Amino acid sequence: MPQTTSGDYQTMNTLETFGFLPKLTQDEIYAQINYIIAQGWTPAIEHEHPGNAFDHYWTMWKLPFFGETSLANVVNELEECRRSYPDHHIRLTGYDNYTQSQGSCFVVYEAR
Amino acid sequence: MAKQYEAGVKEYREKYWTPEYVPLDTDLLACFKVTGQPGVPREEVAAAVAAESSTGTWSTVWSELLTDLEYYKGRAYRIEDVPGDNESFYAFVAYPLDLFEEGSIVNVLTSLVGNVFGFKALKHLRLEDIRFPIAYIKTCGGPPAGISLERDRLAKYGRPMLGATIKPKLGLSAKNYGRAVYECLRGGLDMTKDDENVNSQPFMRWRDRFEFVGEAIQKAEQETGERKGHYLNVTAATPEEMYKRAEFAKEVGSPIIMHDFLTGGFTANTGLANWCRENGMLLHIHRAMHAVIDRHPKHGIHFRVLAKCLRLSGGDHLHTGTVVGKLEGDRNSTLGFVDQLRESFVPEDRSRGVFFDQDWGSLPGVMAVASGGIHVWHMPALVTIFGDDSMLQFGGGTQGHPWGNAAGAAANRVALEASVKARNEGRQIEKEAKDILTEAAKSSPELAMAMETWKEIKFEFETVDKLDVG
Repeated sequence: MPQTTSGDYQTMNTLETFGFLPKLTQDEIYAQINYIIAQGWTPAIEHEHPGNAFDHYWTMWKLPFFGETSLANVVNELEECRRSYPDHHIRLTGYDNYTQSQGSCFVVYEAR
Repeated sequence: MAKQYEAGVKEYREKYWTPEYVPLDTDLLACFKVTGQPGVPREEVAAAVAAESSTGTWSTVWSELLTDLEYYKGRAYRIEDVPGDNESFYAFVAYPLDLFEEGSIVNVLTSLVGNVFGFKALKHLRLEDIRFPIAYIKTCGGPPAGISLERDRLAKYGRPMLGATIKPKLGLSAKNYGRAVYECLRGGLDMTKDDENVNSQPFMRWRDRFEFVGEAIQKAEQETGERKGHYLNVTAATPEEMYKRAEFAKEVGSPIIMHDFLTGGFTANTGLANWCRENGMLLHIHRAMHAVIDRHPKHGIHFRVLAKCLRLSGGDHLHTGTVVGKLEGDRNSTLGFVDQLRESFVPEDRSRGVFFDQDWGSLPGVMAVASGGIHVWHMPALVTIFGDDSMLQFGGGTQGHPWGNAAGAAANRVALEASVKARNEGRQIEKEAKDILTEAAKSSPELAMAMETWKEIKFEFETVDKLDVG
């Protein structure tokens, strides 16, 4: 009888926060963007070739969107970035200037 | 005219009970819960505590007249009832800044919790809180990195971090131990931890452990694409040995080391924190022996004081209990000292056992570590209680998984991310815990298995040390 494979855990290459969840749906992505905006954080988009994903610095897509409170605008920027860099990972950051850190950061689109 | 010398024994309250005194911003303030011997007036006991923890002694001495005692003495300035307790009372004492050496928690504690705790006129004495003046805080090094810098170094954002203490506590060989570390890290944990009992015993000497663990970290990072670490415990018999181990931990590439601040002592801890700051290493702090000091409601030192002292002495993580797991910890009281670790200002809040406003100035924050008897079912509650700036540490809750450490780690990670995602979506994750986890388990057989394994485990006992409420 073949052994069950359910106990065999294969290592995954993941991209930090939310890397262990199924791919987020559009609505789920919107909810996370809304969360960033509601916290008063500054949304920012970065992209990078998967080969360099481990680096601290990814390339910025324009400047962080200071003062941006519109979900639609952030979504449009994400889509534009994705059209320009289809073979890059794209992540969304919520910059928190009080803690001088990133309140949130997750990969929205993985490279195609 | 200069004072005249009168030998003899005076009542403490003549000099040390000053209810009209308005504390200075530079004073170090302390709140003691005092239980006196029957028949001794409260003011006298409070004054005795102030005297014995500052300039006083039982008999007048002539050399007192060579100094300005009015400038140096501690003062009992307020007495309050303890709600729901007829036997004890709170005594508030103000100490002038110059009584303490700059940057020395050792010196502060030697005064405040020194001889006075054995004083015969007292039945019990407990140090409930200290207000450190900002002037003193500025003389302390504090956390080597702090929460924000740790997040930046490790690239972990928007969620609590996940850890595990490697089990069994004792007896593994260095190579088998490294295996257990590797499995946890490749499965999705951010860090693993040496058990506090693990130093350098005959079954596994420190150097061998560090080498194998170093390889485990490196391999897990390469394979997962995420940053990993393991708190290598450098607590040792002597400072010299401690630094030797710390140097080697850096050499094998670990981003973090670990110290037990109470058994090791504040001198060792402050020195090690300074070393970490100079060497770009993070410092995880365990708290063995704390319950000996802080668990009795009428005697000893409350943990909120020990937590404040640690933030000043230096550490990037501190164990705080879990509220929900196997170890003692009242929810409001825990939140009270978690604030002291992480915030830059904490206002007085008696409902959380916080007796003073505390301004931390620019001192970096310490990550709260929740560890001890927790598993996936606790995850939504832990995320709610501790928030993002915490390290959730599952020992048996990772390695007790029927399919092993990696699967257990993945189950933890899925549960964590599902909880954080749901919280960000505005859901009440503590109430909806079952729905959120059940939904997440649909795409994670590891989580489904973990939920099945630990579904019946609860730790519901009354808290021994409760907050004083009427």
